[in-house]
Amino acid sequence: MIELDVSLPLAHFTLAVHCVLDEKVTALVGPSGSGKTSLIESIAGLRRATGRIVIDGADVIDLPPERRRIGYVPQDVALFPHLNVRRNLTFGGDARFDDVVEILELAPLLDRAPASLSGGERQRVALGRALMTAPRLMLLDEPLAAIDQPFRARLLDYLRRVRDLGVPMIYVTHQPAEALSLASWCIVLERGEVAAQGPPGSTLG
Amino acid sequence: MADIPVVLFTLKMAAISTLIIAPLALALAAWSWRAGAKGLLLDAVGALPLVVPPTAIGFVLLELLSRRAPLGRMLDRAGIDVLFTPKAVVIACGVMAFPLMFTAFRVAIETTERRYFDIARTLGATPLRAFGRVTLPLAWRGLLSGVLLAFCRALGEFGATILIAGNIPGRTQTLALAIYDRVQSGRDAEAGALVVWVVVIAWLFVAASGLLIAQQRKRFAA
Repeated sequence: MIELDVSLPLAHFTLAVHCVLDEKVTALVGPSGSGKTSLIESIAGLRRATGRIVIDGADVIDLPPERRRIGYVPQDVALFPHLNVRRNLTFGGDARFDDVVEILELAPLLDRAPASLSGGERQRVALGRALMTAPRLMLLDEPLAAIDQPFRARLLDYLRRVRDLGVPMIYVTHQPAEALSLASWCIVLERGEVAAQGPPGSTLG
Repeated sequence: MADIPVVLFTLKMAAISTLIIAPLALALAAWSWRAGAKGLLLDAVGALPLVVPPTAIGFVLLELLSRRAPLGRMLDRAGIDVLFTPKAVVIACGVMAFPLMFTAFRVAIETTERRYFDIARTLGATPLRAFGRVTLPLAWRGLLSGVLLAFCRALGEFGATILIAGNIPGRTQTLALAIYDRVQSGRDAEAGALVVWVVVIAWLFVAASGLLIAQQRKRFAA
């Protein structure tokens, strides 16, 4: 169970999110500038929010990012450009190396440089890199935003495989179809506050 | 060929001073980067020798290292002679080259994008490990460029050096001091030859530094 009680002043409003997430995959939707990425970065520890972020009974809000055990895949994936795929993947650990490489079909990419990868391949490597740290929560910020339409379905399939690993996931998206396909719970954020939440089918109407 | 010893001595002094200030400049640049707005104060202090006259810096060093000052007395009691020795040349070169190196390091670190550092931390790296494994390797060209620029600055150092190291041929005389010495004694041809040495060495290092900066920019503009 994940309990969020997060407050963070932003430029035009204050992010104030209070919710309890019981489901494995939560879709976080809302218009641009509604505070989705700020919320994700607060949970990851990259922004100093106040309140409580409770994961498996432990409040992590005062912990630095490296001690939260939260996997974060940002929108731009941010693969380390000076490390090849294998070294990117194992940067934070390699406990699940074989599993992750198999699930995300990364074996043919291991010795390649990030600059030589396609958008979808970069997303898979970033997903794998975060999973290698054995996180207790995964945060994905619009993982399909930069992916061309024909490749989205394939990447969605990979995301389902990640979901099936059983790691809780908060998934930022603009696309209702993505939310319906992956998530079992949905939070709609507007101007930093939860405007609606529930199963994606009913929440997204 | 008579110039070779003074050229070698100058290269040696510049190299030693550059090596000594590099870890300090890196540590301060990293701290300033992490400190964000608070680091601006440190940036200004670090850049001071860049704008204060070298003779003023030399005077401050002279006061600090003289036997009248606690530091000078302490060194004297430990049997360490600094003023008017090659050690003073290293100190003067180091202090005067420091701001260039610090500023170049700051810029090099800044251009690596803090994002990579942040992501490394979400992957379990402590700030020190994230800096060492991600930020530094990404910034290496800019850092090396800073080292080369500082080395060149140390090569040409004059004002602070003459105040605390004097101009003793064969002991503390560097290329810049030797040029001054030759001009003062009307040996213009010899001064000209020394100028050629300085210009060629400095040009090589500044060109290498410029090349590294261009590569760094290109890498992160891509």
